[in-house]
Amino acid sequence: MAAYEIEIILSRQLADCLSIPVFIIDTVGNLIFYNAAAEDVLGKRFEETGEMPVEVWSVIFKPIDQFNKEMSPDELPLVKTLRDGLPYHKSFWIRSLTGENEKIALTSYPIINRENKFLGAVAMFWKVKDE
Amino acid sequence: MKITLWGVRGSIQTSGPATKNYGSRTSSVLISEDDDLLILDAGSGIQEFNSIPLTTKRIDILLTHLHMDHIQGLGFFNPFFNDNLEVHIWGPASHDQSLRSRLSRYLSPPLFPVLLRDLPCKLTLHEIGNKSFQIGHFKIKSNYIIHPSPTIGYRVAGNQSTFTYMPDHEPALGKNGMIKDQKWISAFDLAAGADLLYHDGQYSSKEYANKKGWGHSSMDDALLFSSLCEVKHLLIAHHDPYHSDDQLNELFRDLQLNNKFFFKYEMAREGMEVELP
Repeated sequence: MAAYEIEIILSRQLADCLSIPVFIIDTVGNLIFYNAAAEDVLGKRFEETGEMPVEVWSVIFKPIDQFNKEMSPDELPLVKTLRDGLPYHKSFWIRSLTGENEKIALTSYPIINRENKFLGAVAMFWKVKDE
Repeated sequence: MKITLWGVRGSIQTSGPATKNYGSRTSSVLISEDDDLLILDAGSGIQEFNSIPLTTKRIDILLTHLHMDHIQGLGFFNPFFNDNLEVHIWGPASHDQSLRSRLSRYLSPPLFPVLLRDLPCKLTLHEIGNKSFQIGHFKIKSNYIIHPSPTIGYRVAGNQSTFTYMPDHEPALGKNGMIKDQKWISAFDLAAGADLLYHDGQYSSKEYANKKGWGHSSMDDALLFSSLCEVKHLLIAHHDPYHSDDQLNELFRDLQLNNKFFFKYEMAREGMEVELP
């Protein structure tokens, strides 16, 4: 398989230096990297799982809205970034590995190279306190 | 395919007896095979071209990027001033300015008296990025590689052999250096299995520790990169202008002592010629 383009490689190298959870996905939504902070959330190490197809990793997270109702994938920032190549931000809840709901704020942005080619997307998120 | 190294020094030309062996001129390399010629980069080493007899009406210069040590020889490149010649310059596309506009920053007053547009040769500029193309019989692949400002590396395939050229490249940029997985290595596709790789090795590992992000590699990283890409022969290049011949010899001895790689590797030297089948 061909190597990733440098914009993807540099995104991973940056994510590796950050203490906030970061996911990197390719153009079809496969999770190609997540950093150590994201490992804590997922409960799985990247070295163990390797890359994950979208249908595998998307079921690990259960995004829910303020009414405790499961959200449609179309409402999620990362899915929207994949769809139209624009950045998005949203606060919502996820059910953690311990079964508790945690509120997070998630920002996703596209990786578009110098040739204006869409290469994938990055999502980073923070736990936020309920007001 | 014959590779001739006209300039192997990085960053700025050096001069004097202390750098006489490895050479003082900045990046420029000639590739020749059959009747086809390619010039890679136009550092001060490109002046050597002025002394070879012209056998062609077309000259192609492939620039990796537009830092001064890779273009400073352009102003003194005789074919520019010959109206019988076709000169093609290939260089990295940028999202905001054309290649012509960026080259004109140097080839215009006050830095240079002659404007790019006034050069008498038949000049054509080609903006490239991640691309495959052909010049004469050479099949060329270019890819953006890790170095500040748009920078591309080249893989040139001749009749039987492949030469990869990346004088400025920092594949180890990151918290833990190079990711040892071929999919995650900058320029892996350009270097994979190359018969000859010309690669950045400006620093010792100790020096590199304080120069991460400057866009260059340590000699050890150049070796590791070559090993991961299964290169057959590595030329370590872009020598630091502060390294004298004696220091380079010493650094190379340390490199041999501390690394157990089984492919051929050596320091690039100005004037060196390598024949590939």
